[in-house]
Amino acid sequence: MMIAIWVIIGIVVILIIAFVAIYNGLVRLRNQVKNAWAQIDVQLKRRHDLIPNLIEMVKGYLKYERETLEAITKARTVAQQATSASPGERAKVEGELGTALNRLLAVAERYPDLKASQNFLSLQEELASTENKISFSRQFYNDSVLNYNNQTQMFPSNIIAGMTGFKPGEFFEVTVPEEKEVPKVSFTSQEKS
Amino acid sequence: MWQQIRSNRTRSVFLVIVMGVLLALLGYFLGLYFVGSGAVGLFIALIIWVIMSLVGYFQGDSILLATSRAKKIAPDDHPRLYNVVEEMKIASGLEAMPDIYIMDDPALNAFATGRNPKKATVAVTSGLLQKLNRNELQGVVGHEIAHVKNRDVLLMAMCAVLLGTIVVLAWYASRFFIFGGMGRTRRSSSSGGSGGQIIILALAIILMILAPIFAQLIYFALSRRREYLADASSALYTRYPEGLASALEKLAASTDQLKSANKATAPMYIINPFRKQGMSAEDLTSTHPPISERIRILRAMSGASYEDYSAAYQQVRHTDKAFISAAEALATGSVALRAAQPEVPEKLEEVQRVRETTNALWNVHKYKTITCACGTKLRLPPSYKLPEVKCPHCGRINPV
Repeated sequence: MMIAIWVIIGIVVILIIAFVAIYNGLVRLRNQVKNAWAQIDVQLKRRHDLIPNLIEMVKGYLKYERETLEAITKARTVAQQATSASPGERAKVEGELGTALNRLLAVAERYPDLKASQNFLSLQEELASTENKISFSRQFYNDSVLNYNNQTQMFPSNIIAGMTGFKPGEFFEVTVPEEKEVPKVSFTSQEKS
Repeated sequence: MWQQIRSNRTRSVFLVIVMGVLLALLGYFLGLYFVGSGAVGLFIALIIWVIMSLVGYFQGDSILLATSRAKKIAPDDHPRLYNVVEEMKIASGLEAMPDIYIMDDPALNAFATGRNPKKATVAVTSGLLQKLNRNELQGVVGHEIAHVKNRDVLLMAMCAVLLGTIVVLAWYASRFFIFGGMGRTRRSSSSGGSGGQIIILALAIILMILAPIFAQLIYFALSRRREYLADASSALYTRYPEGLASALEKLAASTDQLKSANKATAPMYIINPFRKQGMSAEDLTSTHPPISERIRILRAMSGASYEDYSAAYQQVRHTDKAFISAAEALATGSVALRAAQPEVPEKLEEVQRVRETTNALWNVHKYKTITCACGTKLRLPPSYKLPEVKCPHCGRINPV
């Protein structure tokens, strides 16, 4: 009789420990997703902040490319207003901004005066790096979301996730195909693909 | 992804535990033989281990950096390097930005230190900065940051201390054997019976000879394993293993020897700094796997995940032994490679890189740069205290 009681107590203790461990694991993964999203946010904001500098610098050289400059200003405004939207929404808006930016840089390739200016070169490095950082933080975010979603949906942690209200995360997928390639900064007159 | 790192760590920790057990056995049997008490032997082994750990812990990163004459850079000194490190920090999920150092050396090499991912250091040579393009630099930096993220520095440091303790114990024991002689055995009478004594003596001698050998083998095997893991992690972060592969090709082709490396610090570097000194790459005593093999594995990857690296590893080494277990491989889905980027002519970029790196070095050594009206750039050392300087080209007096 006594042994049965101890066994039951033992099983209950083990279940409690397992519950706590799985719950903590879910919390950790969810926080990682939040953290990764914050990182993307930082990089996207940085891109928004770099664009006015870029426009100021190229305005003098690109006097006949008014539509391109206007397109990028508009895309930036739209992106800035969408900062509190869902990841899916933001992905779309940021994708369009990225395309506009690529178009502007492609156009700038045809102006040798602009390309030779030292300021423009450092700004190009900053832009290329920001694009890379957005890409990497997006990669890390999506990996985190995948991991988190796996945990919330796979057995046995899905039981605990359901009980305690852990919802699957949303991916940050940029659907514009040109955005998938990081814009390569090139000092020659090669046309960017 | 993180489960794989944890389970690789489990395997490596297992190897370290094996070394610890070797140390314990050695201490126990030596103690049993010399002093008649295994516990005393264990205790002495523990003391030596603690002392060596403390010495290693407090020495830390600063000595390594000092011997390699590395200089820390600010973000503005070398934007490209700083940005690449920041990109890899984001891609790997490292908590804090590492300190970045440049070593003024034409040889191509890089290393990372930092027991704690929050206080890491990455150092690259100026030669590397000049010779590698951005993708290749990203691959190398990714590899170094992977070492920090996977806690390799801590692991290898602990392993080195264990190895050192075993070697020290075995060496002192051998001295005692030679000078103490068989006379000591008559004083230790607690085990009783000469048969038992001979067995203990035999075990002690065997351990004394074999423990250092096994410990060394474990140490080098562990070092090589962590190098493969860092390569795999770098491919995963960048999604572009070709970057690291072509960087390794350039590194292998360069003939310059890194001036400041020594045997103790060799495992920290991305490639073996002693590879030209007749050390066969196939050696069991090499801290790094052969570069050609690393390149082949990276190029054989069909995706960027650890599973893809493991598949490539098995293919290149003609082995069925998996790099990671099947259960771990299933944990994440497949990871696609990033598309290759358009080619740029290397020569033009290289001139740019050389200029960029030398500018960074001038800044780091705190030289002031003044542009004279004739176009000449004047570089003044930090010790220059006069208010004016005369341009050697045109003779104009420029204010400082």
